[in-house]
Amino acid sequence: MEKEIEIDWHKINVIIDSYSANNESLLMIMQDISDMYNYVPPEVVPLLEERLGVKKSLIYSVATFYKTVSLEPRGKYIINVCTGTACHIRGASKVMTALSEKLNIGEGETTDDALFTLEAVRCVGCCASGPVITVNHEIYGGLDSSTAVKIIEDYEANAT
Amino acid sequence: MARLVNRNALERLRNSLRDRQVKNTKRLISLCAGSGCAAYGTAKVYHTLNEELAKHGLKDEVEVKLTGCHGFCEKGPIMVIHPEGIFYPQVKEEYIHEIVEKTVKNGEVVNSLIFKDPATRKKVTYEHDIPFYKLQKRVVFGNNGIIDPTSIEDYISVGGYSALEKALFTMTSDQIIDEVKKSGLRGRGGGGFPTGIKWETCRQHDGDRFVICNADEGDPGAYMDRSILEGNPHSILEGMIIGAIAIGSHDGYVYVRHEYPLAVKNLSIAIEKAKDIGILGENILGSGFNFEIHVSRGGGAFVCGESTALMASLEGKPGRPRAKYIHTVEKGYKEGPSNLNNVETWANVPVIIDKGADWYASIGTEGSKGTKIFSLVGKVVNTGLVEVPMGTSLRTIIYDIGGGIPKNKKFKAVQTGGPSGGCIPEQFLDLGVDFDELKKVGSIMGSGGMIVMDQDTCMVDVARYFLDFLKEESCGQCTPCREGIKQMLEILTDICNGRGKEGDIELLEELSDMIQKFSLCGLGTSAPNPVLTTIQYFRDEYEAHIRDKKCPAGVCKPLFHYEIDEEACTGCHLCALKCPQEAITGEKKKPHNLNQGRCIKCGICYEACKFNAVVIK
Repeated sequence: MEKEIEIDWHKINVIIDSYSANNESLLMIMQDISDMYNYVPPEVVPLLEERLGVKKSLIYSVATFYKTVSLEPRGKYIINVCTGTACHIRGASKVMTALSEKLNIGEGETTDDALFTLEAVRCVGCCASGPVITVNHEIYGGLDSSTAVKIIEDYEANAT
Repeated sequence: MARLVNRNALERLRNSLRDRQVKNTKRLISLCAGSGCAAYGTAKVYHTLNEELAKHGLKDEVEVKLTGCHGFCEKGPIMVIHPEGIFYPQVKEEYIHEIVEKTVKNGEVVNSLIFKDPATRKKVTYEHDIPFYKLQKRVVFGNNGIIDPTSIEDYISVGGYSALEKALFTMTSDQIIDEVKKSGLRGRGGGGFPTGIKWETCRQHDGDRFVICNADEGDPGAYMDRSILEGNPHSILEGMIIGAIAIGSHDGYVYVRHEYPLAVKNLSIAIEKAKDIGILGENILGSGFNFEIHVSRGGGAFVCGESTALMASLEGKPGRPRAKYIHTVEKGYKEGPSNLNNVETWANVPVIIDKGADWYASIGTEGSKGTKIFSLVGKVVNTGLVEVPMGTSLRTIIYDIGGGIPKNKKFKAVQTGGPSGGCIPEQFLDLGVDFDELKKVGSIMGSGGMIVMDQDTCMVDVARYFLDFLKEESCGQCTPCREGIKQMLEILTDICNGRGKEGDIELLEELSDMIQKFSLCGLGTSAPNPVLTTIQYFRDEYEAHIRDKKCPAGVCKPLFHYEIDEEACTGCHLCALKCPQEAITGEKKKPHNLNQGRCIKCGICYEACKFNAVVIK
C-alpha cells in the first residue's frame, strides 16, 4: 500500500523544537511524528539528521528497534490487541483471530483502504479487564471475539 | 497558586486546605478514571453524571472527582458516594438517573446496584466492608481512590510532601540513607536489592549523579506501577526528591512506557504543578536545594526494564544492555553515577520517612519488609490490585481476597514474576509471598504480577507463550539468548502442534541450562524459568502432548476435540444457538450431536454449556 502524503515541515520543526533539538529525545520525536501520520515518513530522516546532529544509521537503528515507531505507512485506526499474559489466558488469541478474519489482514498488516492496521501489543496494563484491545488511544475491555468485531464495525460505520 | 518560599508556607497551605475541606459540606462522588475502569466506560458515565446533576440543579452542591485506580478493576467503572462511602460497581449510564435521584439527593441506597459478594451472596453497601478491600493493607496505594491525581492540593491535603519537608529540613543525607536502610526496603521492581545500600553506593561515586525512576513496567500481566503513576504521581515525585537529597543529585528522569498515555499525562501535570509552587526545580521550599525531573517515553521494548538498557534508551540509543562489570551506580546514564529504582520503590520512600523506619519494618517478614502490591489477574473472581504485607500467603491472596476461581473450576497454578518467573502449583499455596520464599519453589515474586490459571489453561501453551514473548523481546546481541530461546520455542511449538518427540523435555532442560549460564543480561538468564517450572510441576501435561498427542486442557487445537456427553446433555439447545459454524444439531430436550467436520474448536459451546455436557477429548 503506497499513498502520497504531504509533509508539514513546519509542524515537524515545532516538534523538534519542543524537545530543544536534543538528540536524546530522538525516539520521542519520532513517536510524536508517528502521532501525526501514524508512521514516520522516511522523507523526514534527513531533517532529523541535520537538526539533531545524529547519523542516519542511528535514526534507522532506533526506528527499527522500538515497536512504537513504524517506517511503513499504517492505517487511520491502529488496533492493538493486547497479548499480555492475563489477556492471553482469557482468550486474546481468539480475539486476534476474529479481527484478522473480519478485516482480512494478518498481524502487522494494514487494510487496502488504509483504514485499519492490526497489531499485537505486549500488555497495555489493563490486566483485570482482559481481553483488551486499543484503537488509537481508546481502550476497550472485557471483550470476546464477537464484541471485539462489533467495536471495529462501529469504527467502520463511522468512517464511511 | 503562589510559590511556597519556605517550609512554613507549605504547612500553612496544608492547614488551609484541610480547613476548607472541613467546612466543605458538598457531597462528593468519586469516580474511578484509572485505565481499567476507563476500558469499561468511565468517560460515558462521567458525562451522563454531569448532565444529570445539571438537570437537577445540583452542579454546585455536588463535587464529582475523577480519581486514580481504586484497585477493584474487575468491577469497573467504580463509583463511591461520600460521606457515606456507598459503593456502586459496574456503573452504566442508564443507572445514573436512579443514583442521582435516590442516593445523591436523599442518601438512599439503590439496593439493586450495590455490590453482591459472590462468595457469601450477601449484598455489601459500603466500600470499606467489601472483603476485597477489607483484607488489604494499603500503605502505598491507599490514597489512590481519594485524591484527584491532577491536583497537587489534594495530595498536600492528605499529608503529601510532609516527608519531603522532614527530609529537607530536619535530616542529613546520611540520616535519610540510614533510615531507608533501617526500614529494610528492597527493590520492588523484582530484583529485591536493598534500596538504602544502593543509594549509599551511588553517593560514594563522584560525578554528576542521576536519580531515575523505572516506569517501564514491561511484565505482561502486571500493572501496579501504571496505577500509581496514573493515580498518585506526586508520591513518586516526593520519593525521588528525597532520594536526590540523600544521593546528592540535581537531575532526575522518569522512564515511562509510551503505551501508558494517561500515566505520561498525569505525571507531566504533576511535575508542572510541583514546579509551579516551588516543590520541584530551583531552591525547593527555600532550602537552596535544586532538583529537576524529566519524563522520557520508552518505545515498547521489554528489555528496556533492564538498568543498562534503560539508560542506553534514555541516551537516545536502541535499548541494548551491556555487561555489568561496572555497575550503573558507578557509571550509568551519561557515564555518571546513576541510581535506578522502580515506581513502587519510590512511592514507598515518603511513607518510610514520614512514619519512620521502625514502623515500616514492623510490617512484613524477616527478610522482606513493608507491603507489596500485586496485580491479581487471570482466572480469579475478583481481579484487581491487591496491597498486602509481605509474607501473606498465596491462598489468602487468591481465595480470601480474590474470591477463588470463577465458575467452580479447579485451580491449576499461579504464575508469578512475569516472563522471568515460574508457575506455582496447588501444593505450595500456603507459602508466604516475599522475595525469598517463592525462590525456593523455582519462581520469584518479581514486580508483582500474579496470574491465576485454572483447569482450562494448558501449561505447555503457557511455557510456549512466554518463550514467544521473550523471542520477540530479546535484543539479539548475545547468541545464547537470541538463538537459544528461538530453538526452545520451536521445540515447544512442535509439542503444542502434536509433533513432539521423546527426548524433547530433556533437550529443553539442556538448552535452559546453557541459556541461564551464558546470557548477557537478566532477560536471557531468567528466560528458561517458565519452561523449567512447568516441566517440574506439570511434566504429565508435557508427556500427554508428546506421547498421547493430547492436550488435556483443550487449548492446543491439533490435540483435542469437543464431544457432547449424551448423559449430561439436557437438550437445552443453548450451544447450538451460539455455535458460529452450525456444527451442533439436535431436538430440544434430547441429547445433541456435534459434527466434527464443521467444528472449528472455538470453544463457544464449551463456555456456554451450563451442564458440563461439552467435554474435551
